[in-house]
Amino acid sequence: MRTRRALLAVAPLLAACNTGIDPQRPIEDFWPFTILTIVKMVIVFTVYMVGVALLTFAERKISAWIQDRIGPNRVLWKGVGQVLADGVKNFMKEETYPAAAYKALFILAPALAFVPAMVTWAVIPFAAPLPTPWGLMSMTVADLPVGFLFTLAISSLGVYGIVLAGWSSNNKYALLGGLRSSAQMISYEIAMGMSTVCVLLLAGNVNLNTIVQQQATQGWNVILLSLAFLVFFIATYAETNRLPFDLPEAESELIAGYNTEYSAMKFSMFPIAEYANMVTASALTSLLFFGGWDIPFTTWDNVPPWSALKTLLTLGAFATKMIFFLFTFMWIRWTLPRFRYDQLMSLGWKVMLPAILAYVVLVAAVLLGLDAAGIARESRAFTGILFALNFACVALLLVVLDRGRLVSPAASRLRTAELSRLRAVAARSTLAATQGD
Amino acid sequence: MAITVKVLERPIEEASYLRATLGGMARTFKHMVNPHKVTVQYPEMRDPVSPRWRGTHRMLTTETGAAKCVACGLCPTVCPANCIKLVPGEDAKGNRYPLVFEIDEFRCIFCGYCQEVCPEEAIHLGRHYENAEYSRAGFVYDLERLTAQTHPVSQLWDPTDPAGE
Repeated sequence: MRTRRALLAVAPLLAACNTGIDPQRPIEDFWPFTILTIVKMVIVFTVYMVGVALLTFAERKISAWIQDRIGPNRVLWKGVGQVLADGVKNFMKEETYPAAAYKALFILAPALAFVPAMVTWAVIPFAAPLPTPWGLMSMTVADLPVGFLFTLAISSLGVYGIVLAGWSSNNKYALLGGLRSSAQMISYEIAMGMSTVCVLLLAGNVNLNTIVQQQATQGWNVILLSLAFLVFFIATYAETNRLPFDLPEAESELIAGYNTEYSAMKFSMFPIAEYANMVTASALTSLLFFGGWDIPFTTWDNVPPWSALKTLLTLGAFATKMIFFLFTFMWIRWTLPRFRYDQLMSLGWKVMLPAILAYVVLVAAVLLGLDAAGIARESRAFTGILFALNFACVALLLVVLDRGRLVSPAASRLRTAELSRLRAVAARSTLAATQGD
Repeated sequence: MAITVKVLERPIEEASYLRATLGGMARTFKHMVNPHKVTVQYPEMRDPVSPRWRGTHRMLTTETGAAKCVACGLCPTVCPANCIKLVPGEDAKGNRYPLVFEIDEFRCIFCGYCQEVCPEEAIHLGRHYENAEYSRAGFVYDLERLTAQTHPVSQLWDPTDPAGE
């Protein structure tokens, strides 16, 4: 009886859904498109913010486990409520303004750090398209044709928040943090952009969905362009200001860097932006190099006809990859010590940039050669040749480059001959004569 | 000689950042999945303290509930921190008893001499460590409080049995 009444209630809804539009073709009508986009925005934003909040909890837990501790475990079930407790704490705290701060920018800066981190997510495709009664809905908030360029453009805006926070605080440590952040971002953005050029060369398109589809047919970029992946991976750590590249914060040198003078929710915006950037970076890593929402070793999930089941499974695949990279972010943070500033700069400019430039030229030449030789992009030979090339490059990296040359400790830059020459100079100096040993 | 930095000359093939990083990550991962379980969830779980743990005092009593103390005055004499205040009294039968017996636990250095010197085995240090109070005055324990304590008393070190067997 009750089921029949429920069916009667649903029936008009079902009738309304029967629009007669082919669900496998993209949505064309204005109103369904607008409403569905707004729904997507709300859902994505909510999931994103809750995810970021939970990430702060995950970070604390993972750091605790790595250090043989237990971590927050008192609030609600197993300490999950810590997220809420921290949020409430941040809202209740007093907002302080340094007397000498440039107040307008001081208030604006956290928002400037926060907004780009949120906006980037708009173009990330997180699952296979979903068929609806009004047509095929792409699982991206905004399926821009220039999707990837958009993420690059917006993510580099985030540095303004940090620099302005550092400058407007009128505090030397904050200013140094802001300066470091801008120098670091500029240095690594170049290497990051170059590493993605390889991916774009292979995909022939900057739409992120197209890049995913290309990887589904050719194999994931991580096994075809490992070097580009490595450079991109390292650069994302520098871009998100995560250890081992968190020099803008560097609490042992700069107190807390750019956010020294911030308190309460304005302070909290910076960590939120950082975690949001981490989520975006993880999403981009999995999109560009690990096939995005592609389920590995199968092809059925990448081809029409689309269905809700496919959407759900590919969403699961994408989430799994992303969570893995988010975990790696934390794993690396609690493993590696922070770089020295000169190491950071020399790694960025002297190692990663030349290496990736050479690699881009190499990849471009090989792709041109293969296209000229008439080898089809989808063929096994094409993938095989790229894989062999990649294998050679990785071997080169491990054998030649990574021999005390990637990151220089204080010791290994000088050759022994040079060292003894310098020591001889020091021994002959007048200081040695007057002061003794 | 000018200041020189000690330079470790290591073979170039040993200095590998990537391999060292991966090694470190393997180590932290091992700790994550298989941690050394060292945390004691304190209010719920407690590590046992040593039988010779010297904590806040306790005055033992006779079967009638009176303090065993005979106000001989040895403990305030021996006390290196001068934290015991004793005013002796005498009843009609000529038995001495303490009129006032106070120990300032803030001044006490928990050396255990009072327990060692006591001929009646009356004053003892306790195996106890939760001593928080709301006021400084609360740390001066009077006779009533000392006799009311129930925690186990500490064992003195015995020179003839150094390992405590």
